[in-house]
Amino acid sequence: MDVTTTGFLLRRHRVPVDMRARLGHVELPNPIVAAAGCAGAGREIAQFMDVARIGAITTKSIMAEPFTGNPAPRLAETPSGLLNSIGLQGPGIDAFLQRDLPWLLSRGTRVLVSIAGHNVREYAELATRLSDAAGVTAIEVNLSCPNAEDAGHLFALDAAAAGRVIAAVRGSARYDIPVFAKLSADVTDIVPVASACVSAGADGLSLINTLMGMIIDPVRMRPVLAGMYGGLSGPAIRPVAIRCVWQVHEAFPELPVIGVGGVSSGHDALEFLLAGASMVGIGTEIVHDPSACARVLRELEEELAAMGVDRVADIVGQAHASRRIPR
Amino acid sequence: MRGTVLTVRRVDAYHALTFVAPAIATRFRPGQFVTVAVGGQTSSMLGRRAFAVHDVRPDHGGTVEFVFEASGAGTKWLSSLRARDVLDAVGPLGRPFPVPRDPSSCLLIGVGYGSAPLFALAARLRERGCTVDFLLGGATADRVFGALTARRTGRSLTVLTTDGSLGTRGPVTLLLEQVIREVRTEVIYACAPVPVLRDVSMIAGRYEIPVQAAVDVPMACGTGVCMGCVLPVTGTDGITRIVRSCVDGPVFRGDLVRWDDVGTIPFDALGAPGWNPSRAPRPEAQANPAQRPQAQANPARSRAVSTPLGSETRHAG
Repeated sequence: MDVTTTGFLLRRHRVPVDMRARLGHVELPNPIVAAAGCAGAGREIAQFMDVARIGAITTKSIMAEPFTGNPAPRLAETPSGLLNSIGLQGPGIDAFLQRDLPWLLSRGTRVLVSIAGHNVREYAELATRLSDAAGVTAIEVNLSCPNAEDAGHLFALDAAAAGRVIAAVRGSARYDIPVFAKLSADVTDIVPVASACVSAGADGLSLINTLMGMIIDPVRMRPVLAGMYGGLSGPAIRPVAIRCVWQVHEAFPELPVIGVGGVSSGHDALEFLLAGASMVGIGTEIVHDPSACARVLRELEEELAAMGVDRVADIVGQAHASRRIPR
Repeated sequence: MRGTVLTVRRVDAYHALTFVAPAIATRFRPGQFVTVAVGGQTSSMLGRRAFAVHDVRPDHGGTVEFVFEASGAGTKWLSSLRARDVLDAVGPLGRPFPVPRDPSSCLLIGVGYGSAPLFALAARLRERGCTVDFLLGGATADRVFGALTARRTGRSLTVLTTDGSLGTRGPVTLLLEQVIREVRTEVIYACAPVPVLRDVSMIAGRYEIPVQAAVDVPMACGTGVCMGCVLPVTGTDGITRIVRSCVDGPVFRGDLVRWDDVGTIPFDALGAPGWNPSRAPRPEAQANPAQRPQAQANPARSRAVSTPLGSETRHAG
């Protein structure tokens, strides 16, 4: 598209694009959310952007008790990606409810609280505690946690275990708080896991978590990370995330999906929307650019305006309708 | 966020990069750092590189200079920048060096290009009427940064190199006790690798001299979101926490960092795998440290010393 055409379209669409997105039955001002674990508790990125401007902030996964996480080194740079084994370091639910949640609410931010546990009971208790606190917009269930009752296998890799957690959380959370399941792509087929979560009552899905990876330092002849394996994130995994969002949207066209994985520009966010995500999470890019969420939102708005789209909801899943491509 | 490169010059084995960034220069206090993105707009290197600020100057509205060694792909890219190139920089970040209220005799210890942030600190200390002595070290003569400036501005300068090519042969800690006695040091500021900071803190502890140590831990974000740069640090309430050196540091009190446990999770840290919530009183939020359980008071946590960090406690979170 040359400059004059873009200018023409921008002039024609002087009315701003309707960016509203739905998180279950909750309406968000726009589809950009900060992904879990990449925006801390919101405070860390607040000095670089207005945290109330974006759709929502997903907190770092909250556990029942304070947890130290894994030893250092925890992070390594890989081609177009980061490999991490932080190990869910966090202050625990008590400190979160006392300190972090009130701060986020005082800034007018919508809060997606990510929760993590070692067994079904812990997840359910966390959901109960969050339901008692005012101001939680939605709960995102981080299923990439070792199941203490199943030799430490991750919940997200077993459809039945994932379903049990979601059923327990849905049963404990207040009826008006949407519950989202965050799934891992480290499975042969993501659709059965998604299906188990939807049957268990999930209001939506968040796709995808990091992919397990490993790097070795050839000089020391040892794994680089103290935790040996780590989760790979960043633009390196974006095609995997797009594929997962596509497959899940194909199976559940009406289901709200938060697409996460290597989004670093408005163009990337658009890709997720077209694949079927109704919201887009920004993760590793926040490490690279602390104001990334605001920038991606601005870029997405400009892209949509240039395309002549009136409502962002109109283009969700448009790539599936292969013969009805806009423009 | 965007600065324009003014100069990149070689300083012995290191490089010094100066860029125009008035917003950083005006807010900077000694000890703080900047993070820069490397590799340009379409870079495949996602981690930011953190560098202690060496100096800020008022020309061009405000310039910032940092010193680095071109050792990896990212720093080699930085060393290839030329005047008028654009640099994506964020700062100033981190907690600065606290300065004494009354005029004191201060010893500034720097190893390698770690001494870079000490010269801005020295200027600030002299403004406060403090006397400044330098103790600098490095592997070789060309890896001792700023010896000339230190000789010109400090009351005394002691240099040690590992190979003896400049000053005395040996680690900086070799002559530390001698220097402390000779110049009657009251406060130590140190910026060096972790093993050196450990030895400095230990020796200073014997003389009951407070140490302000700036750690050089690899960081990926510099803003506190990535949780990659953690250290075990004991709080003033006696409880060890795993803290981020980017937002809680990079300057720490030397006696509060558990230097021997850096790179591990001490069993008695708050929330360590040996932590037994059913036996311990529930810790309150950080705002209320008085109600926290005491670090050594809980036998349940002491027993956990033999518990290895099992694979089931590790997440890819």
